[in-house]
Amino acid sequence: MFAEFLQYLFTGITIGATYALIALGFTLIYNASHVINFAQGEFLMIGGMATVSLTAMGVPMVLAIILAVLLAGVLGMLLQRFAIAPAKQADVVTLIIITIGASIFIRGLAQLVWGKEYHVMQNFSSDEPIRIFGAVLNSQSLWVLGIGAILVVGLVLFFTRTLIGKAILATSMNKEAARLVGIRTQLVLMLAFLVSAVLGSVAGVVVAPITFTSYDIGIMLGLKGFVAAAIGGLGSGIGAVVGGLLLGVVEAMAAGYISSDYKDAVAFSMILVVLFFMPRGLFGAKVVERV
Amino acid sequence: MSALIEVKSLDKAFGGVHAVEGVSFSVEAGQVYSVIGPNGAGKTTLFNLISGLYTPTKGEIVLKGESTAKLEPNQLAERGMCRTFQQMQICMNMSAIENVMLGRHLKLRSNLFTTLFRLPSLLRDEKACRERAAELMEFVGCGDYLDTEASAMSYGALKRLEIARALAADPKVILLDEPAAGLNAVETAALEKLIRKIADQGTTVMLVEHDMKLVMGISDRLLVLNYGRVLAEGTPEEIRNNPDVIAAYLGG
Amino acid sequence: MLNRFMQMRLRDLVILAVILFALPLFLNNPFHYDLATQMAIIAATVVGLNLLVGFAGQISLGHAGFFGLGAYFTGIMTSNYGWSSVPALVVGAILVGILAWIVGRPILRLKGHYLSMATLAVGFIIAIILNNERALTGGPDGMPVPAFTVFGWELSPFGSYNLLGMELNGSEAWYLFAAVVLLVAVWLAQNLIDSPIGRALRSVHGSEVAARVVGVDTARYKSLVFVVSAIYASSMGSLYAHFQGFITPAVAGFDFSILFITMVVLGGMGSTMGVILGAVVLKLLPQVLADFQELETVMFGAILMLTMIFMPKGLLPTIQMAVGRRMKKKAGGQA
Repeated sequence: MFAEFLQYLFTGITIGATYALIALGFTLIYNASHVINFAQGEFLMIGGMATVSLTAMGVPMVLAIILAVLLAGVLGMLLQRFAIAPAKQADVVTLIIITIGASIFIRGLAQLVWGKEYHVMQNFSSDEPIRIFGAVLNSQSLWVLGIGAILVVGLVLFFTRTLIGKAILATSMNKEAARLVGIRTQLVLMLAFLVSAVLGSVAGVVVAPITFTSYDIGIMLGLKGFVAAAIGGLGSGIGAVVGGLLLGVVEAMAAGYISSDYKDAVAFSMILVVLFFMPRGLFGAKVVERV
Repeated sequence: MSALIEVKSLDKAFGGVHAVEGVSFSVEAGQVYSVIGPNGAGKTTLFNLISGLYTPTKGEIVLKGESTAKLEPNQLAERGMCRTFQQMQICMNMSAIENVMLGRHLKLRSNLFTTLFRLPSLLRDEKACRERAAELMEFVGCGDYLDTEASAMSYGALKRLEIARALAADPKVILLDEPAAGLNAVETAALEKLIRKIADQGTTVMLVEHDMKLVMGISDRLLVLNYGRVLAEGTPEEIRNNPDVIAAYLGG
Repeated sequence: MLNRFMQMRLRDLVILAVILFALPLFLNNPFHYDLATQMAIIAATVVGLNLLVGFAGQISLGHAGFFGLGAYFTGIMTSNYGWSSVPALVVGAILVGILAWIVGRPILRLKGHYLSMATLAVGFIIAIILNNERALTGGPDGMPVPAFTVFGWELSPFGSYNLLGMELNGSEAWYLFAAVVLLVAVWLAQNLIDSPIGRALRSVHGSEVAARVVGVDTARYKSLVFVVSAIYASSMGSLYAHFQGFITPAVAGFDFSILFITMVVLGGMGSTMGVILGAVVLKLLPQVLADFQELETVMFGAILMLTMIFMPKGLLPTIQMAVGRRMKKKAGGQA
């Protein structure tokens, strides 16, 4: 009984950590440019797929990961520079369509390069499952949680201690003012996308041994990351992490105790419930319109 | 004789800042009543409170003997109050005359069925509505722009259009929030004439303005706000000679 | 006594009718007709969605949910319960309308991305339910739907018909039917837009503050347009089900929802004719790109991005502005 509960909890926290990382990526881009990047999930996909294909070509694992993350990062910057920046003052809806177009484009490229099959990645460390109180924990889960935590701490330090991080925050609060004090906003925006892509791709690499990876896993994961970000409140980093973990756990519990067919519906039901009571998510900011 | 609008000890706090504090005054029907004061004095906040966009922290506003607490702007419109905005709220996705016709929204008689199938009753209502809107646009001086896209009109024309929209509902009281902002001397003189015409019709006009010449020339009574509080209230003559007002404006 | 708007609407409607009835000159085989029929049905759907997105300025990333519900209600009622086509369509539309009203009230209080999220969620939940309830819907494998029947007379893509002395095969007959449906859908939408209710709806988009002070109950009007667009979607979903003869849960899915909204944005939000153009383009594009096989997805994504970046107002408005400018130049040159 308890073992079962623990099992679901572990699964939930693991996938929740992934959602949290994707949600953080959304939040970062949203904060910097008020764009919801529907292509976020694709960075995840690139991280996993690139690593798999590089290691299959004989590249050592660590190098493969670095290259994969770099690839995703570059793609992120290109996305900002060539798809978002030119769109300037476009409508919210138009920007959504642009990022959706980008996600289709990236997925199409992935399909060309890597085909449509599923790929499997080896666990980073041992394949031996860890037993805790009767529950079985995949050792990779610890990697997910560990790396996730490191990334979150890294992000916090980045935004509070480094100049670049603060520049990103300044740009997000008031682009014109940031430009006036000498911040090169275009560069900053590309950086935001870079960091976001890195987050997503690392998440993709770490979680790939647990789920399979293929050219189209980005869609659902991206959407759930968006849901997690919205649950937590768009623009809130804490919200993204809390939202992600909460989503992962509730989803795992529902899949375990209620029905696994409706697992995906959990995320979407949760967001409706949360938004009903808190129209701006758990930690979202209140906005007052000046007339 | 009870006033059209009575404001009693009105208070509005945003966090720790009291934008409006302990404000009381009343406006008689048919008056031109102006609210003046330095920037940040709380004039627009006061307007937003009266027109239902903000909820008072304390105090009460009474319109025609009925408290306006808990009334939404659209409900206040039903009770005969219309307004214009400091930052113009024109629907740029419609034409000029459509904006004014929008002002007659509460006179709407059609329902979804007559609308979808364009029944004769709808056509009749539309014709009447359009004619009235065209009249009003003439009245405010926008007669040349009937079918022009709002997005193609000049700033001055749009300000007058907004007044036409506010008048379209045949309101008892119209609130004009800095109607002269951004207008040159010629346009301001035309505005003064327009406000006179509106008042002569019997509509009560409340005005928030910075342009002293306009305000002094046209108002029956004035309210002077400073830091959210009432500094003085009276006729233009009284206000002009009030030492506190002079001090506040000239920093004495 | 036609004012400027009525002239424009009549002109648009006439042009559309001419195009629709002249098109058969260019259609050579049942496949072409079928594609054209699909375009017409989907165009009618996005005309309804445009009311919500283009005119009232809201957003719906889950609209296929309503489309799918209409399709499945028709499918289930006509297949399993022997209902006749028209009652199934009408009752389905009413039920979906009620659902849209119930769901819309709380959702439409949300703004911006939260609204996107909520509509996305509703669409997904509907699609997931349709996918999982095998007993009722046949699950991911889908279910067959009988032909469209009115008073015992059947309209099927495989039948033969005689209209005013002309011999028509099933595909041609369905095309004509769909064309008429599209014209009616556009006429109704135009009537709605150019009316007091239409202005109230557009004011919600133009300036919600202005709408409120003028007396528009913005919450009620948002709900109203949400329900109307849902009814459009449901009705067209029902017709689509009859036409295709077979439906799967994909008809309510995310991809379809995104297709709808893309058609609206690409074609030109707030332009009834524009979104029809959007529907045609996005239905044709995969056909055109099919020759490129593996590159299809990449090219589709690229075309989507490029069009939205360089023509953010949508295809038709951009074309109209460009033509307008050329005409002005010509006029200026001659003066």
